[in-house]
Amino acid sequence: MKHLLIAGGFAAFLATGAAAGTLDSVKQKGFLACGSNTGLAGFGLPDDKGVWAGLDVDFCRGVAAAIFDDPTKVKFIPLTAKDRFTALQSGEVDVLARNGTWTQSREAELGLNFGAINYFDGQGFMTRKKNNISSALELNGASVCVQQGTTTELNLADFFRTNNMKYEGIAFATADEALKAYDTGRCDAFTTDVSQLYSERLKLVNPEDTIVLPEVISKEPLAPAVRQGDSQWFNVIRWTHFAMLNAEELGVTKANVDEMTKSQAPDVRRLLGVEGDFGKGLGLSKDWAYRIVKHVGNYGEVFDRTVGENSKLQIKRGLNNLWSKGGLQYAPPVR
Amino acid sequence: MSGGGPAAQRPKVPLLHDPRFRGLLVQAGTALALVSLVWVAVDNAATNMRARGIPTNFDFWDRVSGFDVNQTLISYSAVSTYGQAFWVGLLNTLLVAVIGVVFATLIGFTLGVMRLSTNWAARSFAGLYVQTLRNVPLLLQLLFWYNAILNPLPAPRASLAMPSVALSWPGAGSLALTLGAGAFAVFVARFARAQSPGSAAAMLAPVGAALGWIVAIVALVFGVSAFMGAPGGGLLRWGGPAGVYLNNRGLLLPNPSFGPGAGWVLVGLAGAVAASVAFAFWARRRQARTGAQSPVALVSLALLILLPLIAFVAAGSPLTMDYPVLRGFNFQGGLRVNPEFVALLLGLSLYTAAFIAEEVRAGVQSVAKGQSEAAHALGLRAAPTLRLVVLPQALRVILPPLTNQYLNLTKNSSLAVFIGYPDLVQVFMGTVLNQTGAAVQVIALTMAVYLTISLATAGLMALYGRHTAWAER
Repeated sequence: MKHLLIAGGFAAFLATGAAAGTLDSVKQKGFLACGSNTGLAGFGLPDDKGVWAGLDVDFCRGVAAAIFDDPTKVKFIPLTAKDRFTALQSGEVDVLARNGTWTQSREAELGLNFGAINYFDGQGFMTRKKNNISSALELNGASVCVQQGTTTELNLADFFRTNNMKYEGIAFATADEALKAYDTGRCDAFTTDVSQLYSERLKLVNPEDTIVLPEVISKEPLAPAVRQGDSQWFNVIRWTHFAMLNAEELGVTKANVDEMTKSQAPDVRRLLGVEGDFGKGLGLSKDWAYRIVKHVGNYGEVFDRTVGENSKLQIKRGLNNLWSKGGLQYAPPVR
Repeated sequence: MSGGGPAAQRPKVPLLHDPRFRGLLVQAGTALALVSLVWVAVDNAATNMRARGIPTNFDFWDRVSGFDVNQTLISYSAVSTYGQAFWVGLLNTLLVAVIGVVFATLIGFTLGVMRLSTNWAARSFAGLYVQTLRNVPLLLQLLFWYNAILNPLPAPRASLAMPSVALSWPGAGSLALTLGAGAFAVFVARFARAQSPGSAAAMLAPVGAALGWIVAIVALVFGVSAFMGAPGGGLLRWGGPAGVYLNNRGLLLPNPSFGPGAGWVLVGLAGAVAASVAFAFWARRRQARTGAQSPVALVSLALLILLPLIAFVAAGSPLTMDYPVLRGFNFQGGLRVNPEFVALLLGLSLYTAAFIAEEVRAGVQSVAKGQSEAAHALGLRAAPTLRLVVLPQALRVILPPLTNQYLNLTKNSSLAVFIGYPDLVQVFMGTVLNQTGAAVQVIALTMAVYLTISLATAGLMALYGRHTAWAER
């Protein structure tokens, strides 16, 4: 009977992926398991020394900073588009920050919750200059390389169906293989989210021979995802992003955060934990937001160094600017 | 129980010390533990999936898929269902597996026999092939073939077009006359040699042969001069593009569609098969009776080509071709063989052939040398010895590992996703799983499909194996 119990327990261990109390289990094991991209410049890519860098990567560091006061307590687990949701569902990762699009079916049917949108994106096409076209509507009959298991594949089908055009889609396991097939001439166009198009284009043999077409054919709100049924953990994830946004809005940066704790502005004092204890409800310490900004920086700083002006990608803030500056990034207040 | 003592006289032991009882107890315990383990795992998974709102049934099967697949053997589009996508993927897997098995077997048997050849070049080539291909990971080979095929091929606009060749009537006539008269001459010369010397036939035959040669040469000269000279009257005429193109999107061929009356071609084919079988039967009886052999393969081939051809012409050539036409980025219409398919087929067949070659070598070497020496002593030459004496015995050794290779090839075809070939894993376990989130159901079904294919292959091979087993007399 004892053996039976052990066996049963083992099976339960195999089958459950920590249904509740993710925050506790993260604290217990001492690090955050973050599902990241296998390599996408600007979002999640290890550099030549093996240090991960990118917008999604820094988001996970922010979560680790809030929990442990140490942004290095993250284990990045690279996942392909195909495997990512299964890895999250099975509990292999605690959070999936992997430029994943928030869709209705993913939330309703995959058993996931998408936190705050950390990048507003949309799908586009790139094609060779010598094809002499200036619009995606001229792609009738083209062969298009695409990464498999993404919303991209569906949007592609929708776009050509809506516009009554023919195409041949060739789906590959990874973005790298799809891009290589485009580079060898197997495809006339390559499609993915616009932010990725810019970074993938840099990997081509002759990047200057390829142009990104102007059409954005879909809404791709990229957001970190967690498993459903653990609202405490869901809150931690959402509020990590909101803390970074609020910090930017209030002018709190990595450099001036210590100075700002002396600020008299009540908004700033509440955010940095000088006044009140807003971390408690999240299961975090009082200075949770201070830790995030201190170790990682505010949203604007992170955007700037990973995908924005100070990065190779040079993507403009656009929709990702603060709401007060004409963008869509808007955070509820800390109070 | 060999002592024959009555059971009642067995010494009384406590039940717990009875080895039979203990055996049963342990077995029952193990079975119970196993069943509970499975039950707990399944129940746990189901509970957790329900708690998180993950679907636990196959409701998604009839929903619209919303994605396209670029190679479909059945009709399929983005408005088809996930269930249809499953069949598309499965058929693509079976297509590449079946053709791959045939190719791998042919190449593997040839190489295996080559490895044992007395010819140094053949032996070394086969050895080098086997050692190289079986020691390089398959995925690398697939990526290599994919790029090796794609890179040198031109874009659609610069496609390599195969020109069609048409024979002109004077050209065709002189060609036929050359061949016919030549064949006549050879036949007559052979006939003459067979006659007893001094007979009338033996005297006349060389004259006939010489006449045949003269006609053949004159016809050839006429044909060549016509080819060199008058335009349009030549032996060959270039007839413009034949609708066959090669580019980095694949090999494009005219797509034949049969009109009414095409059934006669099938009738012709059936007739040819029946006639071939009858001829083979007759040839066998004749050989058993007189010892004379007949050219069964040649006659069957001629029947299989000629009878359907005659039926086709008699039915008024009921065939229309849909030619591929370059429009915009790509060719539209026609029939296309994708580079992904070719790369996967090449990679799988060449890789598996290396293993099959080794198994064939082992099998042939397992047949005692005395067998082929005996066959030689009976007057059989090398090829019939191999075909009739050595291989049938070697097959008993070859078959079990060969079955494994067939299963490996089928399972390895799931690497297709890396070169963009839409097989079952790519379409169903990839895209469908990702869109529906029904991971457990999709993976379970995929596993069941591979299991079914494997068991069916193994079963068929076992059936064939029984056919080749020792017949004890």
